[in-house]
Amino acid sequence: MTKGNVGIVIVSHSADVARGTADMVRQMVGDEVPLAWCGGDPDGGLGTSVESILGAIDQAWSEAGVAILVDLGGAETNSEMAIEMQPEERQSLIAICNAPIVEGAVIAATEASGGAPLAVVCGTAEELSPA
Amino acid sequence: MLDDAASRRDLIKAVAQEVIDHAEELTALDQAIGDGDHGVNMKRGAEAVLADIDNLAEKTLPEGLKAIGMALVMKVGGASGPLYGTFFMTLGKSLPEEPAPADTVAAFEAAFQAVMARGKSHPGQKTMLDVLAPALECLQADPSASAALCTKVAEAAEATIPMLAEKGRASFLGERSIGHMDPGARSSALIITTVCKTLGAAGK
Repeated sequence: MTKGNVGIVIVSHSADVARGTADMVRQMVGDEVPLAWCGGDPDGGLGTSVESILGAIDQAWSEAGVAILVDLGGAETNSEMAIEMQPEERQSLIAICNAPIVEGAVIAATEASGGAPLAVVCGTAEELSPA
Repeated sequence: MLDDAASRRDLIKAVAQEVIDHAEELTALDQAIGDGDHGVNMKRGAEAVLADIDNLAEKTLPEGLKAIGMALVMKVGGASGPLYGTFFMTLGKSLPEEPAPADTVAAFEAAFQAVMARGKSHPGQKTMLDVLAPALECLQADPSASAALCTKVAEAAEATIPMLAEKGRASFLGERSIGHMDPGARSSALIITTVCKTLGAAGK
């Protein structure tokens, strides 16, 4: 019984950055990976919104888990908040990757498309981060 | 204290209005060392709270605080949404319906710890914690010393001016963050001061 591929969520302060990053991921891996993005604050300005992140997690949900790529501080804090608001059985299946958002999303999705588990998906993306 | 809907409504309204009235100042502080959205974000949260004020005031004190925290999480955006949201939600979770002074101090400490965990930060990094920490010390020394608390938090916000930012967007500036008051410290001081003044004026 396969759980499917790990899903990827892209959370940027800018909807344009998030959408553009998702476009790059789609071009690299096609439709083999559940993918969702969100960007912008609750009024549509630059920023992040817990509500949008919750929606993106639902959209990209996979039994194999979801890897979240974030840009700046608030995106990470809001993503952590969104994870804690998930049902308990989901929480351990969601991870925030400490990686550059564009390169990290592409690498993570490439790993995910090959069926790698969540820890490998995140681990490979995180190799891009400066030590 | 705050055992009827009218007094809870007065307090919610005073705090939200104070945040809204200072939105431009908070934004100006954040433009100096952050991304310039703190005032706008906090104002959006305060307006969301005001829009639901009748419902919030009708709830018990703990339930009302939890609901305010959740509104801030969903509406503020930025890092201050989850940080202030966590603060108010933890206060709500920790307070009994009719808190004694010692309960208030314990709840404030729990909320302070929760904000530290949420922000992965500690006092001394030029953040809201640099106001919350001395406020907690002041409450622990004397939970009823409202005037002393107001003075303390104002001084604590001022004391963030010479600090070097080690958290958030301001940390990208390194030494250039020195010489500006931290916007989160200022908003925390505003909120605490308004709570003290409103409760003080009500003779509570």
